[in-house]
Amino acid sequence: MPTITLLGPQRFTPTLGEAVARAGISGRLASVTAGWQEREAEDLELHEHLGERTMNLMLYARSEDVFERDPQLAAAYRERQERLRELQELYRLRLDYAQTALRELELRSGDPELLAPERESALQAIRALDEHHLARVDEVHAGFVRQHHPAGRPAVERHSRQMVRQLEKVDGLAIAGGHVAILINRMRLFDLDEKLAGKAVFAWSAGAMAIAERVVLFHHFPPQGYGNTEILEHGLGLARGLVLFPHAGRRLALDDRRRVAVLARRFAPALCIAMADGAWMALDERGHAEGVAKGLRSSGMSRLMADGTVVSLEAE
Amino acid sequence: MTLAISSLLAEADLQPSRIDAFLAGHSAPIVEGRTVTFLFRGEADAVFLQHWIFGLPSAQPFTRVQGSDLWYLTQEIPVRSRVEYKLEVQRGDVSRLIRDPLNSQLAHDPFGANSVCLGAEYRVPDWVSPNPEARPGKLEKVRVASTTLDGAQEVQIYLPARYRASRRYPLLIVHDGADYLHFSVLKTVLDNLIHRLEVAPLIVALTQSRQRLRDYAAHGEHSRFLAEELLPALEARYPLQKGAASRGLMGASFGGVAALAAATHYPGRFGRLLLQSGSFAFTDIGPSRRGPAFEPVVAFVNGFREAPARVSERVFLSCGVYESLIYENRSLVPILQSSGMDVRYVESFDGHNWESWRDRLREGLSFLYPGPLWMVYE
Repeated sequence: MPTITLLGPQRFTPTLGEAVARAGISGRLASVTAGWQEREAEDLELHEHLGERTMNLMLYARSEDVFERDPQLAAAYRERQERLRELQELYRLRLDYAQTALRELELRSGDPELLAPERESALQAIRALDEHHLARVDEVHAGFVRQHHPAGRPAVERHSRQMVRQLEKVDGLAIAGGHVAILINRMRLFDLDEKLAGKAVFAWSAGAMAIAERVVLFHHFPPQGYGNTEILEHGLGLARGLVLFPHAGRRLALDDRRRVAVLARRFAPALCIAMADGAWMALDERGHAEGVAKGLRSSGMSRLMADGTVVSLEAE
Repeated sequence: MTLAISSLLAEADLQPSRIDAFLAGHSAPIVEGRTVTFLFRGEADAVFLQHWIFGLPSAQPFTRVQGSDLWYLTQEIPVRSRVEYKLEVQRGDVSRLIRDPLNSQLAHDPFGANSVCLGAEYRVPDWVSPNPEARPGKLEKVRVASTTLDGAQEVQIYLPARYRASRRYPLLIVHDGADYLHFSVLKTVLDNLIHRLEVAPLIVALTQSRQRLRDYAAHGEHSRFLAEELLPALEARYPLQKGAASRGLMGASFGGVAALAAATHYPGRFGRLLLQSGSFAFTDIGPSRRGPAFEPVVAFVNGFREAPARVSERVFLSCGVYESLIYENRSLVPILQSSGMDVRYVESFDGHNWESWRDRLREGLSFLYPGPLWMVYE
């Protein structure tokens, strides 16, 4: 199990260097910037920020190379992604109605004895739908692995071996944000999470979301639609018991107690964590945040509470 | 609620110093809920509010406060409205059309500038001002050879921030592109909406016609220029995504007509249409009263109404309720929908002007070219 530090967005408030120093890492670090897609190699700022100690694993370029060398896997991968997209659409359709029902019930006035159980039931329906969706997505991923054995294919194996050798030379791994689905897919293709034992992992924004147990997509102010928070899929599960919301100040209506409460209750018992720019949180050796709740090992992180408030972890 | 002007009028013996104090204590026009009080101070025989609100008399007379040089007009303006206006000041035989001297809010257009009244609850969108966090895109000029129009055409190209030749982009072709840049701050809007991930990084071709009333009036040669000259030239020069879903046309007023006409002349070529306050004049019987420039437009729109076709895939249509064109635009919506196109129609409490069109760009562009908002967390 690697040791994990989660970080808030880094573009305007870079705190990665401090986090690395705080974790006592003085050696080299590997980096994953696959979420930047074709800009993956444009990591000079990150490289300089860490004192030119980084070595980019180039997951995105490696996956492109795999797909070029193994057209059969590439076709299967595309087909899987198409199925996942379709599944997400179907989930979204059902979620829209379920969220609307809950919203209307919560805004309705009337006898609390009648309303409260209906509201609770509507929330449970959303939780059940989330679980259902996660299970369906897992099936698709499992089917892909069962049928195509990506880890055992020569093109993947070759890159995996190279990465293992690269990782042997570093003390830790920095996982940047970007496109969360692309990032997680690339890490999953090379089973990166299984290669990180004993390493220190520093992950921010989409990187942090990708290593949590569930990847939750969110925006309360989209230009189209209401902005229903939705689950994408299981993450790599290195950070446990947490649902992570980077850019929360920009993307969430944190002063809307009703919406905050729904998030907290929907994802309980996981803690919903709003990550401010430059925030950090060091998890315990099992990837949990229990020690963090005491405010000893985090800064700039807030928790969404079931009563709709947002509480700084340091203040808890 | 007692209006500020009513309180003033209730005072006895209004001295100039009291009027000075009143004006100093209020920003003009005075917006109080749904009621707006326009003010003018100066020597005049009559003062009128000149506006472009369809449905109201275009010249609304002010009333002089007895024994003073203060004039006022109280007008109901719905919340969230944005109204452009001028004042007509008559003195003797001379009548002058001026901007409101007491109001610093201006909106510019190709003909100059108007004063602006911002109704209650209207907010200038935050994405129309430069955002230092947004990486800027870049503008460059290209010349496109044309045998269909009057020789080579100069087109400005917007390339999004972090543009890479190795990536493929959707395309939007904009009519009156220079005006959109100047009066609807289109570059800033694109930079901001792309930065906010609400709109996909896209390449925008900003065209500007030298003979607008001819070219934009459903002119076949203009459509041919877009589809057979401009589009291939852009595809040869820039990394554009293939397929109609990645190609769009946009325009306001006559530019909206040009966009729909080009899509109709080349069905299936342009899968995205952003039509703002389109001059979609039509007749059910008899001739149009909109003038000769509209004749080809009327012929085109009448033809489209008779045989609506799925010429595009997704259409965003917007119009201000204070425009005379609201009737034509509302009429077009069910016709577009009946063709099987995915149509989004939005109305605003605004008129036929560039800031109204600016204010609808977020809804329109994010509908036609949705960005990776839900997937990207940098």
